[in-house]
Amino acid sequence: MKLPVTGSQTVGPFYHYALDRPEWSDLTRHGARGEKIRIEGRILDGERKPCIDAFLEVWQANAAGRYAHPEDRQNKKPDPKFIGFGRVFTDAKGRYAFTTVRPGPVPGRGNAMQAPHIAVNLFGRGLLKHLATRIYFPDCAEANEADPVLGLIDDPKQRATLVAQPAKPTRLGRAILPTFRFDVILQGEGETAFLEI
Amino acid sequence: MSGRDPIPYAPEQPGAQPPNDYPAYKSTINRHPLRAPIRVPHTLTEVTGPSFTRRWHGKNLADLTLQHKGEPLGERIVIAGRVLDEDGRPVPDTLVELWQANAAGRYAHERDRHDAPLDRNFTGFGQVVTDKQGGWRFVSIKPGHYPWRNTHNAWRAQHLHFSIFGPAFATRIVTQMYFPGDPLLATDPIYHSIPDATARERLVAAYDPTLSEPEWALGFRWDIVLRGRAATPAEG
Ligand SMILES: [Fe+2]
Repeated sequence: MKLPVTGSQTVGPFYHYALDRPEWSDLTRHGARGEKIRIEGRILDGERKPCIDAFLEVWQANAAGRYAHPEDRQNKKPDPKFIGFGRVFTDAKGRYAFTTVRPGPVPGRGNAMQAPHIAVNLFGRGLLKHLATRIYFPDCAEANEADPVLGLIDDPKQRATLVAQPAKPTRLGRAILPTFRFDVILQGEGETAFLEI
Repeated sequence: MSGRDPIPYAPEQPGAQPPNDYPAYKSTINRHPLRAPIRVPHTLTEVTGPSFTRRWHGKNLADLTLQHKGEPLGERIVIAGRVLDEDGRPVPDTLVELWQANAAGRYAHERDRHDAPLDRNFTGFGQVVTDKQGGWRFVSIKPGHYPWRNTHNAWRAQHLHFSIFGPAFATRIVTQMYFPGDPLLATDPIYHSIPDATARERLVAAYDPTLSEPEWALGFRWDIVLRGRAATPAEG
């Protein structure tokens, strides 16, 4: 006999004072190993208006391709300074940005390998249940081609919505970070591919 | 399927989750995707998720009435329950975040323009990590009803916002807890977005005198159920 799973309800518009911990937008803050990168973009609604009351949660493997979780039993180096999780809010123009390390590839089902990717849960006013998607990297074309999740999307235009675009490098103090742009379009032309997980 | 494949989480129970296309809640109109989501068989990415130690989430904030110099106004409440999976197994060590309006129905948020007083002794944010039995407990004050611009003269049922992670990226949930006997539950469109009536009523806490603190605070019990595994892992 299964218990009924609790239903989702929107986060509404008024959560920043509670949920926003600005440090969570830097996944490298404890000194993670790997190539430091920046991901930035906008969240837009069906009328291409910026969503100023939305946030992303991201989850990814470390630079070696291992998740900081007991069910990842791969023989790869853990990184105790990298939790792999971030939360980042949109600003008044619907923009968000976070700093992380480039994730390594992780296994898929069977013998498949997945291309490096960042899993995303998107929350906001007007979303009764959060939306899941993924961020892939434009400079991993071969791995993306073989990725089993991207392979589930028949329409090439829709598949392309999950691949970030190269963007102008970000200067952060003395460092210059490779930067990728990942816009989320909630509805209509160019709509981001969302995943049922 | 390889023997090393992760055991997936169970698919959604019919009627238990709201659709994103739900025009009675006006904000969904321009924000719901038009295309059906791509169904993804679970990989290591979906069955893993963040675990929060103190270093990662900061200190426990279980009593929302003790965060300022003075006491917040309003009716003091204790809210407690467990986080379980759908097989009834406790979910320990998971982060539970709570946020809410004050007793007058106003959020400590710069964009909340409701003409009701702020309470300098109330922020309305709490967080705890569940214990070994999946248990959690907060002390707070009962939030007020507040108006919103969904339709003419619309008011929200009293609610607490909850965020729960669970063990995996696939178990993440954000929801709202309601109070028994609230007349606004009859019409609140966000509450009614859950199609199945039994599933919907699970969002309403139970008045529980065993949780009340004598001469101090009124008790409510509310259990949170997360997705479980599609199949029980083989023993050994
Ligand atoms: Fe609310």
